[in-house]
Amino acid sequence: MVTTTTALEAELLEIAGSVPDPELPVLTLHELGVVRAVRLHGTDTVEVELTPTYTGCPAVEAMSLDIERTLHEHGMREVTVRTVLTPAWSTDDITAEGRRKLREFGIAPPRAVREHGPVPLALGPTRALHAAEASEAEPLHCPHCGSADTELLSRFSSTACKALRRCLSCREPFDHFKEL
Amino acid sequence: MTTPATTTAHTHSDVDTHDHTAADTTVDGTRTAALALGDDALVLSHRLGEWIGHAPVLEEEVALANIALDLLGQARILLSMAGDEDELAYLREERAFRNVQLVEQPNGDFAHTIARQLYFSTYQHLLYAQLAAGTGPFAGLAAKAVKEVAYHRDHAEQWTLRLGDGTDVSHERMQRACTALWRFTGEMFHPVNGLDLDRAGLESAWLESVREVLGRAGLTVPEGPRTGAWSAGAGREGLHTEPFGPMLAEMQHLHRSHPGASW
Repeated sequence: MVTTTTALEAELLEIAGSVPDPELPVLTLHELGVVRAVRLHGTDTVEVELTPTYTGCPAVEAMSLDIERTLHEHGMREVTVRTVLTPAWSTDDITAEGRRKLREFGIAPPRAVREHGPVPLALGPTRALHAAEASEAEPLHCPHCGSADTELLSRFSSTACKALRRCLSCREPFDHFKEL
Repeated sequence: MTTPATTTAHTHSDVDTHDHTAADTTVDGTRTAALALGDDALVLSHRLGEWIGHAPVLEEEVALANIALDLLGQARILLSMAGDEDELAYLREERAFRNVQLVEQPNGDFAHTIARQLYFSTYQHLLYAQLAAGTGPFAGLAAKAVKEVAYHRDHAEQWTLRLGDGTDVSHERMQRACTALWRFTGEMFHPVNGLDLDRAGLESAWLESVREVLGRAGLTVPEGPRTGAWSAGAGREGLHTEPFGPMLAEMQHLHRSHPGASW
């Protein structure tokens, strides 16, 4: 099938992408990088491709409903949101603006994902091992004070996509959107 | 998976995994394999969920719940490839489940849960990496899930090191758990219809990885059999161990008591 994006589809993609993330409302779905495509059939039937951040992300259903509602408000009669898995979402899909907003919101944004998947996390069985491993990884900065002296408290936090860390300079705990 | 069943316009039956069905993969084969892998994920997810409210520390409770959620997401997609996800999860009898016996083993103490996680996540990570590199019907899901499972494996490895190389008590408990679950590990490498895998490569990589972690943790690699008469492993044929029935009863109770109810 030959598809070309029309001006209206581009506009609808922008509208779908402007929907805020249900769990991190400072980010839009476009900034999170999860709205893949919008296809218009006829004049008022539209199909949206959405990719989940994590396979089990429970926010997908809320995102779908929000997209449907928003596009209905913009005159679309029939809206179908389809979940696509391929290519797999990566934290590299978060836009630069998205990263800036995360940091402003108090969440350390993900570092660039290396070729071989997630960056190895630095919590070792002992503090000495932790320090040795941490020195190899790209430092992660505290979103509050900017210090690079932070430690991992738990590799899983309030949602699947975040890890819980603590800043050793300002002592504040913070979430880190972990690399995927 | 929602409890009870809900119907929305965008359930996971719509999921597009961009299948490139290999010539030797029949529809039946794909369904059989989806059921086996989906049941592994579903049952382990439920077991991990049992820790909620009982984990040793809050961070760990959140970690186990997050891992359970990742597995539930995989289960939803896999079971939807085999049929209706809710019917499969909530309305099948014990003999119809195709998960390996390892994942249905009770949580035991925290060391047993970690040993089960180490054995299973090491296997699942290698399995998904192989499937992701192929062009079969599971490549799309595997490419996504392999990145999540890398964190599960890392979590299990770090805890194995902590417990194995920790106090005398933690060492003894971790050793006991690793030994107790060892006989369930051979089953993960039995052939599954519909999965085109290098099983020998999968098993040798698994053994190498697990041996390496146990060695670093100061634990002894168990010597018991992983295959043959004294090992376990008929879960893929629908034969399960005694603790599985009560687990299923709890998991299915709400859906069976209130059929068709919604939130």
